[in-house]
Amino acid sequence: MEPEVVLQVKNLKTYFTTSKGTAKAVDGVDFTLHKGETLGIVGESGCGKSMTSLSLLRLIPSPPGKIVDGEILLNNKDIVTMKEDELRKVRGNQISMIFQEPMTSLNPIIPVGEQIAETVRLHQRLSRKAAWQKAVDLLELVGLPSPEKRAKQEPFQLSGGMRQRVMIAMALACTPEVLIADEPTTALDVTIQAQILELMKDLQKQIGMSIIFITHDLGVVSEVCDQVAVMYAGQVVEHRSARDLFNSPLHPYTQGLLASLPKIHENQEELQTIEGAVPSPYDYPAGCRFADRCQHARAICRAEAPVLEAVGGTESKVRCFMYTEKWETAAEEEEVLCP
Amino acid sequence: MASKATVSPNVDLAKARQHTRRERWQSFRRVMTQNKAAMAGAIIIAAYFLIMLVAPVLAPYDPFEISLEDKLTPPSADHWMGTDDKGRDILSRILYGSRLSIGVGVASVAFGAFFGIILGLIAGYYGKWVDTIVSRLLDVMLAFPGILLALAIISALGPGLVNVTIAVGVFSIPLFARIVRGSTMEVKQLEYIDAIRTLGANDFTIIVKHIFPNVLSPIIVQGSMRLATAILSAAGLSFLGLGAQPPSPEWGAMLANGRDFLFSAPYMAIFPGMMISVLVLGFNLFGDGLRDALDPKLKK
Amino acid sequence: MFLFIVKRLVQIVPVILGVTLVVFLIMQMVPGDPAAILAGEGASQETIEQYREDLGLNRPVLQQYVSYVGNVFQGDLGNSLKNKQPVLDEIMLRLPITMELAFYSILITIVLGLGAGIISAVKPYSIRDVSVMVIALLGISLPSFWLGLLLMYVFSVKLHWLPVAGWDGPLNIILPAVTLGLGGAAIVARMTRSSMLDVIGQDYIRTARAKGLKEHFVIYKHALRNALIPVITVVGLQFGSLLGGTVLIESVFAINGLGRMIVDAIRTRDLPMVQGGVLVASLVFVFVNLLVDVLYRAVNKRIDLN
Ligand SMILES: Nc1ncnc2c1ncn2[C@@H]1O[C@H](COP(=O)(O)OP(=O)(O)OP(=O)(O)O)[C@@H](O)[C@H]1O
Ligand SMILES: [Mg+2]
Repeated sequence: MEPEVVLQVKNLKTYFTTSKGTAKAVDGVDFTLHKGETLGIVGESGCGKSMTSLSLLRLIPSPPGKIVDGEILLNNKDIVTMKEDELRKVRGNQISMIFQEPMTSLNPIIPVGEQIAETVRLHQRLSRKAAWQKAVDLLELVGLPSPEKRAKQEPFQLSGGMRQRVMIAMALACTPEVLIADEPTTALDVTIQAQILELMKDLQKQIGMSIIFITHDLGVVSEVCDQVAVMYAGQVVEHRSARDLFNSPLHPYTQGLLASLPKIHENQEELQTIEGAVPSPYDYPAGCRFADRCQHARAICRAEAPVLEAVGGTESKVRCFMYTEKWETAAEEEEVLCP
Repeated sequence: MASKATVSPNVDLAKARQHTRRERWQSFRRVMTQNKAAMAGAIIIAAYFLIMLVAPVLAPYDPFEISLEDKLTPPSADHWMGTDDKGRDILSRILYGSRLSIGVGVASVAFGAFFGIILGLIAGYYGKWVDTIVSRLLDVMLAFPGILLALAIISALGPGLVNVTIAVGVFSIPLFARIVRGSTMEVKQLEYIDAIRTLGANDFTIIVKHIFPNVLSPIIVQGSMRLATAILSAAGLSFLGLGAQPPSPEWGAMLANGRDFLFSAPYMAIFPGMMISVLVLGFNLFGDGLRDALDPKLKK
Repeated sequence: MFLFIVKRLVQIVPVILGVTLVVFLIMQMVPGDPAAILAGEGASQETIEQYREDLGLNRPVLQQYVSYVGNVFQGDLGNSLKNKQPVLDEIMLRLPITMELAFYSILITIVLGLGAGIISAVKPYSIRDVSVMVIALLGISLPSFWLGLLLMYVFSVKLHWLPVAGWDGPLNIILPAVTLGLGGAAIVARMTRSSMLDVIGQDYIRTARAKGLKEHFVIYKHALRNALIPVITVVGLQFGSLLGGTVLIESVFAINGLGRMIVDAIRTRDLPMVQGGVLVASLVFVFVNLLVDVLYRAVNKRIDLN
């Protein structure tokens, strides 16, 4: 039995208009998030992961950014067209976020307990005192030692790991349906990273929320995610269960990513990397955006843009001509690919 | 380990650092020419310097010629800006006065920049007790509010345009020195300065040839901003009667003279003040643009 | 905090000594014989020698300086050359006037500057923002003494709404305070705007929005308080230019404050008066800066650690 869909993103486009032109940071992103599931979003730096996640709560800096097209359906209500006050009830309440930078994501001059209590009071009818108590409880829940004392402190008195715990406590304050975590552990030490991941998994079980986990660390993805969406140049190129993805990556880009992972059992001299550069978001090629770096590319890849489609009746979706009928009929590319 | 999979590092960043000086200059020029406000400022400044050069050609009358029967005539076709209480043509006086008002400003900033840069370089480069002494000295200079240090200096040296230049210039010293000191300390720590030193360059060569060019851009920004204030201060001192003396057509002095005729001949005060305002506006516009163009922190 | 204040107090001692040194040197830099100057024009050789003896001007310069500092700390700033009265008495008459003017001016600077800066920053690049910034740019470009004359011409000469000059009633304060406060307000507005824009771009503002806070709260609770921290320093510095500006504005509006006293003293070469005036104004500025430092520290506890 299929669990219910919490969040569905359809053809999301977020563009930035600057003096250099229009940057298509997010350019037709589709994915689905089910209840209680963890969806990983992975991809190279600059492929639009953060902009996708910020778009979900309409937090894109504007100007220059703007959501120009698409739907973001939260329990079938479209966030893109929502009114401001309705949107505010979603933010921090139904969907909350944790950011990459715990050092700068908390207000430096407000005690952390107050920052949590503020969120609580915003969405729940609680007295000042009750909200404060809840903040302290939340800090305890996320494993901050002596939470009562810490709640009164300002961010500069806390370490990076502690601050990220505070961020998590704040995000969980109203038991959201969806938690978006944008590289929540990148800025932290390896041991702290593991603790935070552990904590998030734990809390997910307790609260039963869905998580969108953004990272470019494939190791973390394999540990915590049920589903994975691989992004490339502002689009999702592969969207499947984590197990399938790691066992048999479909998209050549995903294959490249996995090949660049160090394998524990093999004694590799050097890691494989994907040749070539990411196309500029100001000027994407007409066809497949990965074609220039793809060893399988054929003429059709440059002529036509592939769409994200289910592969042969499975749940797995991929954006590549190799898995369509067109592929067999497509002529082998004659020209030699650039090295 | 898995974090190695973090897809290729940012190559552009490394490239961006390798900007050659020429590329920097080109990007600077692009930013400046695209910045309309800065361009407007540059045009204003250029116009004033032009006026300064060709004042004798432009001036319709002798700026000093007294003709009492023409006194206090309002602006007309004959006298575009009217005449003053001695019947002198205000436009002609303003044109000639540009030399004094701009000259004093530029000279005082040059004076302040010269000593400020030297002090800043020395303090920043040698550090330790040298820095302590220089810094305390600067603290003291900055402890005088606004133009009071200039007033103190003038009270000792006596009134006059040259003394005003010195007084306003002294006031600029700490501003330049502070900036240069800070930048010097930063540049000094760069590896290549060490490398040059091990190659046997002496302190003087290092400071002049390697550190100074690197601290130039904050100096230029400060210089442009400072010119605006210096011109204002110098005009202010002349307004108080401590700078240019009658019958000098310095703008501040003209303004002071106009104050006495505010009821009957407001144009005597309006035009000189307008000249100062527009010029200072030009420097401020230009300075803002320069800062945006040269300060990488502010670049988007 | 107490320790901090003590430390700052200790730190300003050399600054104060430096200021007294500069003021003391005014007399040394004057061309000619100080004793002859102090004795006044046309004094006989005898009187001049008498002065030299009485004031210890025949002693080494260093000794003179030490005794000058000693006198200053006892409140003896010398006597005016004009009326032979103690300089301090005259200053005590003038200082309150200048302080009152400075108080209202800085009030205008702060209120107008902050208000305009916030209005600009909330909607950057809007028509509102651009017009406020254009006005602010004019505000820093117009000479205060000219602006004063213009305001006087419009509101006093033409409209007869306000008195032309003097310092006799509350209406007299308006024009000079506005003139003096506007320039600072322009600077504070520019600073507030850029500080606000800087803060609004910070991650924690995004966090505040992500919580579902109303934009109003985001701006006034989360952004403004952080943005004000650097503005405090600017306001402190602005107080300095403002004190200096009183010199010009008091002359424009014929107000018998400290600034005008200094200018008149320079004109009449009443050097002890100049020295006393400059010294007192500078000391006021030094202590205001100390106050600003303490305030800055109080709102920005993070410096504790560094
Ligand atoms: N303010 C902006 N102006 C113009 N373009 C922008 C702006 N912000 C983001 N972009 C564009 O959006 C693209 C995607 O950025 P995003 O931050 O989503 O990448 P990311 O996948 O999160 O990368 P990372 O892994 O480094 O966090 C960037 O390549 C950039 O071109
Ligand atoms: Mg990102």
